[in-house]
Amino acid sequence: MALDKATVAHIATLARIKLPETEQGRIAGELSHILTWIEQLSEVNTDGVEPMTSVVAMTMPMREDVVTDGNRVDDILANAPERANGFFVVPKVVE
Amino acid sequence: MTNLTDLTIAEARDGLAAKRFTARELTAAHVAAVEAVRPLNAFITETPELALAQAESSDARLLRGEARPLEGLPLAIKDLFCTKEVLTTAASHILDGFKPPYESTVTQNLWDAGAVMLGKLNLDEFAMGSSTTTSFYGPTESPWRRDGDNRALVPGGSSGGSAAAVAARAALGATGTDTGGSIRQPASFVGIVGLKPTYGRCSRWGTIAFASSLDQAGPMTRSVRDAAIMLKAMAGHDPKDSTSAPQAVPDFEAALSGDIRGLKIGIPKEYRVDGMKREIEALWQRGIDWIKDAGAEPVEISLPMTKYALATYYIIAPAEASSNLARYDGVRFGLRVPGKTLDEMYELTRAEGFGAEVQRRILIGTYVLSAGYYDAYYLKAQRVRTLIARDFAEAYKQVECILTPTTPSTAFAIGEKSDDPIAMYLNDVFTVPVNLAGLPGISVPAGLGEDGLPLGLQVIGRAFDEATILRVAGVIERAAGFTARPQFLAGRS
Repeated sequence: MALDKATVAHIATLARIKLPETEQGRIAGELSHILTWIEQLSEVNTDGVEPMTSVVAMTMPMREDVVTDGNRVDDILANAPERANGFFVVPKVVE
Repeated sequence: MTNLTDLTIAEARDGLAAKRFTARELTAAHVAAVEAVRPLNAFITETPELALAQAESSDARLLRGEARPLEGLPLAIKDLFCTKEVLTTAASHILDGFKPPYESTVTQNLWDAGAVMLGKLNLDEFAMGSSTTTSFYGPTESPWRRDGDNRALVPGGSSGGSAAAVAARAALGATGTDTGGSIRQPASFVGIVGLKPTYGRCSRWGTIAFASSLDQAGPMTRSVRDAAIMLKAMAGHDPKDSTSAPQAVPDFEAALSGDIRGLKIGIPKEYRVDGMKREIEALWQRGIDWIKDAGAEPVEISLPMTKYALATYYIIAPAEASSNLARYDGVRFGLRVPGKTLDEMYELTRAEGFGAEVQRRILIGTYVLSAGYYDAYYLKAQRVRTLIARDFAEAYKQVECILTPTTPSTAFAIGEKSDDPIAMYLNDVFTVPVNLAGLPGISVPAGLGEDGLPLGLQVIGRAFDEATILRVAGVIERAAGFTARPQFLAGRS
């Protein structure tokens, strides 16, 4: 599968990674190389095979729906690049 | 007095109990060793003050007769485990300055058992790699050199800092994590023991996630007994990780009886890959002879889906990584590159914060999960994964464990293989199927290649049967009598 530059630009937008236009061709080549190699999986007959959802046979545990943690605003904000009045600060999103 | 940095975990534990030296002396020797190995760039962060303070309190406990299983034993931690108030980087620029307000369960378990922390170890960025060359903090060098060749070699990866530190005698043992071979491959490259437990055996809580359905923490040590001791302390059910198994943790050390008589051990014919190096084939044959001499029975088995494991892995692991790494957005922790809009801030932060290999994997993962391709790639890979796990289940009707080489070659030089990602991925051909099936695997040093570098053999077990693979690895360890040492040693004066 060969990816073109437009597809690479679209994936980069979905992944929120700024990819300069000058890099798109190189990345398209690298990703195409990997995807072509991956395509060997199409040889495998998987008709009627369930996709794996859990690698070890176990049921997810249930617990009481109660608060087990909280009131740790300072801890949560401690590593934020920018914070104010108990909140994370980001560029303005609403005009 | 013997060189304290040359002891195994078991010997150091016994020496402390017999009061031949104090925890402070043992730790001080290792703190000096950590400094001595700085040329290898194995550590991202050294924590000598913390180590010495922990050692003091261990000495007090030892004096009171209240020693815990790892009391006063200096270990080092892969910098993928969150350690409270201690810089935690995942070897990525994007986690600049991150000091977690909490401790990972695995490291907390080690401290609760009395262990001492020497520092945080280098790795491939977000554990994505097989060479420890993709770290933002620069590559780690192996303490080994090829015969007659002074080029710097990789220690393997992603737990390459762990491997280098333990092999060079800067720590008694270290934690690693293994998503596709990241404990076993570096252990094989530097001549130490590395154990990847069953998925669910060790809690993943507080360990920075790469691919959540594959990641598992484990010990890297200089003996099989040490791996058993360390795993016992790391493992256990943790309600904070819903995939952590509610299983009792056996006394792995007690399982090292040395008796494998009558055990059926599978030899998978598909692991004799095309163009396999003669020295690898010879090493594997020696391993088969050793287990036979010890009274076990090698049985040829078939794992027909083996050849598809790497391609399956390189869909599933990037897919999960692209999702897990969405959290690094410049808002809550680490690096922020300012932008005019929120989206621009995200895009600039992630472009600068992630290195080339991490970006490549996020992009592949995003692509295989994107609309229109999800079924063709991701679901297809999960179906093949079911078949790979089924291969092992079939084999385990005939045998109790499986013996293979750990890696297809000895260590390569820094910079070799870096232009072709697929050549790099092929390092993991013997280790990746084990992660896809969620099984335990251990690499044990078994000999030297023609270039004078270490090679390991891998024993793969049934789910939650680490005891059997430890027992078999112990027999191989004794038969191999691996005593070779790297050229660069911390304690050598």
